[in-house]
Amino acid sequence: MAGSYANSSEYIKHHLTNLVYGQHPDGSWGFAHGADEIKEMGFWSINVDSMLFSVGLGCLFLWIFRRAAKKASTDAPTGMQNFVEMMIEFIDDSVRGSFSGKNPLVAPLALTIFVWIFLMNLMDLIAVDHIPWLASLLGVPYLKIVPTTDPNVTFGMSLSVFVLVLYYSVKMKGPGGFFAELAFHPFPKFMMPINLVLEGVTLIAKPVSLALRLFGNLYAGEMIFILIALMYSGGFGLLFVSGGLLQLGWAIFHILIITLQAFIFMTLTIVYLDMASQTDH
Amino acid sequence: MNFNATLIGQTITFIVFVWFCMKYIWPPLMAALEQRNARISEGLAAAQRGQQDLEDAQAKVSDSLKDAKQQAQEIINQAQKRANEIVDEAKDSARDEADKIKVAATADIDQQVTAAREHLRKEVSVIALAGAEQILKREVDAKAHADVLDELVAQI
Repeated sequence: MAGSYANSSEYIKHHLTNLVYGQHPDGSWGFAHGADEIKEMGFWSINVDSMLFSVGLGCLFLWIFRRAAKKASTDAPTGMQNFVEMMIEFIDDSVRGSFSGKNPLVAPLALTIFVWIFLMNLMDLIAVDHIPWLASLLGVPYLKIVPTTDPNVTFGMSLSVFVLVLYYSVKMKGPGGFFAELAFHPFPKFMMPINLVLEGVTLIAKPVSLALRLFGNLYAGEMIFILIALMYSGGFGLLFVSGGLLQLGWAIFHILIITLQAFIFMTLTIVYLDMASQTDH
Repeated sequence: MNFNATLIGQTITFIVFVWFCMKYIWPPLMAALEQRNARISEGLAAAQRGQQDLEDAQAKVSDSLKDAKQQAQEIINQAQKRANEIVDEAKDSARDEADKIKVAATADIDQQVTAAREHLRKEVSVIALAGAEQILKREVDAKAHADVLDELVAQI
């Protein structure tokens, strides 16, 4: 499949480029062709593929769960209903286990994070070339189908979580209490500046690590899929067969990774919010 | 890594999704699950109650069965006793009746014997008188000798 590219480096680069819509330097609006044009568009451009797939998958999640919620009754559940209720109970257990306070936001937040990220990660298991190839037939130059390999997506979520952490910290502890937590810890009061720097870094590290962990894992996974796909370029032979085996193995292993990453993101979100809501520190 | 407006778009999308989930998905599902929990535990309790009731009923049934058997036995005993009594009474009354009949018969016989004896006595006196008349060949003044005759009659 990589035959139409000049070399493998171009193939990889092409697969790691988003479909970006923005304003060209000459003032016209349109899709960017290549990394240089993306750079020229600056901040006010948008990754159409990331948005499309993430919103689509999010809507799929909401549609499935909303349908189950409408049909929810005390009768014995069947099929999809059963699965949805299993998910709800799993999330509810996780929240009950990690979050000590009472907050109606945390459980739905955790559910959204887990299922949405899982679905977005799941796109990674679709062979890397299929959908971009279909899109190229329609004249779309670039397409990245795994939204979580776009840092914009992971940071969008982790920063929202970070805002919630700040909001609940101030709300539950009061501005003074929140400041005290940052300033009088872990060293005594007279070393306040050092405390502030240390705790500030800890605080900032939360959203950054949350976003980068997910992005890094999925980006690396995608990269490996692309490298394996490169092995098919030599035509049918030993490389082709071993590439197939590798892809199968990596895909099976990846099932674990995508679930685990979604679970980690969710659990850490719950834990961060729990830490923010704790008043006795 | 290049950041652009997708970050903002993602944030807004995320907030909308969480809001939707919090408003329309989580509460109804959670409520349904809790209701089902309550219903199941109710059902289990009802089943247990039912079993308890069944055991109680069985105990009651065997109790009343025992009572009924006992009562039946008592009734049979009483009936037997009563039957014996009736037989005894019948025997007694039969014996009484027999005695009465015997007594009546004896009285009757006695009376007849007395009557016969009286009759015989009278016959004898008449025969004696006739004999005496013949012996004496003369008429005996019946009036004059009435007391003698009565004395004779009394002696026989």
